[in-house]
Amino acid sequence: MNNLSAWERMEIVHNKNRPTVNDYIPAIFTRFMEFHGDRLFGDDAAIIGGIGFLSDVPVTVLAQVKGKTLDENRRTNFSMPHPEGYRKALRLARQAEKFRRPVICLVDTPGAYCGIEAEKRGQGEAIAKNLAEFMTLKTPVISVVLGEGGSGGALALAVCDELAMLSNATYSVISPRGAASILWKDGSKEKEASELLKITAEDLSRFGVCDKIIQEPDGGAQTNPEQTADSIYEYLVDAVARLKTVPTDKLTENRYKKFRKIGMFTE
Amino acid sequence: MDIEELFKVVKARFTDDSHGTADKNEIRDVEIPQDLLFKCPRCSNVFYNEEFVNNKKVCPKCNYHARLTWQERLEMTADEGSFIPFDENLHSLNPIGFPRYEEKVHKCAADCNTNEAIVTGECTIRGYRCVIGIMDSHFMMASMGSVVGEKITRAFEYATEKKLPVIMFTASGGARMQEGIVSLMQMAKTSGAVKLHSDAGGLYIAVMTDPTTGGVTASFASLGDITIAEPKVLIGFAGRRVIEDTIRQRLPDDFQSAEFQQDCGFVDMIVERGMMRKRLSNILKLHGFPKERGSKPVKNEE
Repeated sequence: MNNLSAWERMEIVHNKNRPTVNDYIPAIFTRFMEFHGDRLFGDDAAIIGGIGFLSDVPVTVLAQVKGKTLDENRRTNFSMPHPEGYRKALRLARQAEKFRRPVICLVDTPGAYCGIEAEKRGQGEAIAKNLAEFMTLKTPVISVVLGEGGSGGALALAVCDELAMLSNATYSVISPRGAASILWKDGSKEKEASELLKITAEDLSRFGVCDKIIQEPDGGAQTNPEQTADSIYEYLVDAVARLKTVPTDKLTENRYKKFRKIGMFTE
Repeated sequence: MDIEELFKVVKARFTDDSHGTADKNEIRDVEIPQDLLFKCPRCSNVFYNEEFVNNKKVCPKCNYHARLTWQERLEMTADEGSFIPFDENLHSLNPIGFPRYEEKVHKCAADCNTNEAIVTGECTIRGYRCVIGIMDSHFMMASMGSVVGEKITRAFEYATEKKLPVIMFTASGGARMQEGIVSLMQMAKTSGAVKLHSDAGGLYIAVMTDPTTGGVTASFASLGDITIAEPKVLIGFAGRRVIEDTIRQRLPDDFQSAEFQQDCGFVDMIVERGMMRKRLSNILKLHGFPKERGSKPVKNEE
């Protein structure tokens, strides 16, 4: 499993039977209930927000929703959030801070939606605000990239104390197709671009972006969703227990340092 | 016109960057010597370069505020002789082993006479001290990689420590793809530095210039206490082409302009270049910062 190429992993991620947050949330959390709306404009079905128990710890869950059918995808906009989705996430994160609940972000998006309405409502501002506010949120934040981590649209739910990735998940500044069309004016060369961009969990561990790789079963998560959910559950229980013991000041200081040190330059 | 020809016409319209209304069909094919004439990318009118430069590189016809080099911006903004640069010796590595990346950065550095796509430092504006950052779109479209992210972060950290206000002139194509995920993380890093400066009571004025887009719009550029834009400049998250491809419609010409963003509620005020120093120094004064020294007007100041 460890010697798959970025492209092979992308094919696994795009398998139509790959589990989504709709499979994982009931398997990982108990008494989960969903909360809707950003209190500013509307409700974005591309991001589910709510609270539930992780083992015996109340947590806030923020999750990007891929669909398995065309109808589901139409409803959740293929997991491409609008600004109101990010603003809902921030509202619920602040609520989590107030009630001292850890925040669990489940990341799975091709990217923030690119459209007229998204621009009019400030997609850039919504993402920027999440980056800034999550950085100093006074409660543990753990993000897990389940499938696709698409650029700023993923990062808006990934300013965290620990970032975990499923072993076949990818996380990239630009989609390989987008990169190929810019570099070679040919989007069909996405396979080459996928290798070039260094987007696998192993690559991201080397850059200090990914802190933990959660192994999927051979062949990918879809071959055994229960086992994958168990692995995510075990990681989260452990991470929450560890992070809950860290004093709040230290927690946010460490979070800033985690991102502060990323960059490669000479002086 | 047969259908194929029609497609070609529509396609040409899509790939055409000029959105003006002047007689662009006639003008488009004319070769313009770069140093003699300026052709406005917004209204397609042509002017003598000298007239355009004397007008602070503002289109005399449509008021489009054209892109400046960092030297031009600095000269127009800071009090003469007041600028002290930061971090001039940071140089990017090649995190993902991108082909010929170092070569490209070196060439831009030589052409633009700076180590990277942003110049940061400390200066006074009409006597008021501040930390300043100027992005230069001539340097790889001022995309944000490790060095740009680091310079911005250090500038905010310095300002936090010294209790100074920060003024950022933003211009960027977004995160620098050539540095892979490392460039994406600069969005989080810079936003975090802005937040800590803000939490410490610091004032941050973002001045959006042409073009402010992508990962820079989605990070520190959108986090100002006060957001200023220059007239007619492009401000947005997703590129126009990307949106047009997604929705399969042509967008209106003023889409993502400074004026559009102000209508949508994301820009506090649109300020003309000739008024920028006065506006900035007035904001600093209104926030109680002391005037440290007298200042004389810069070239062409109103």
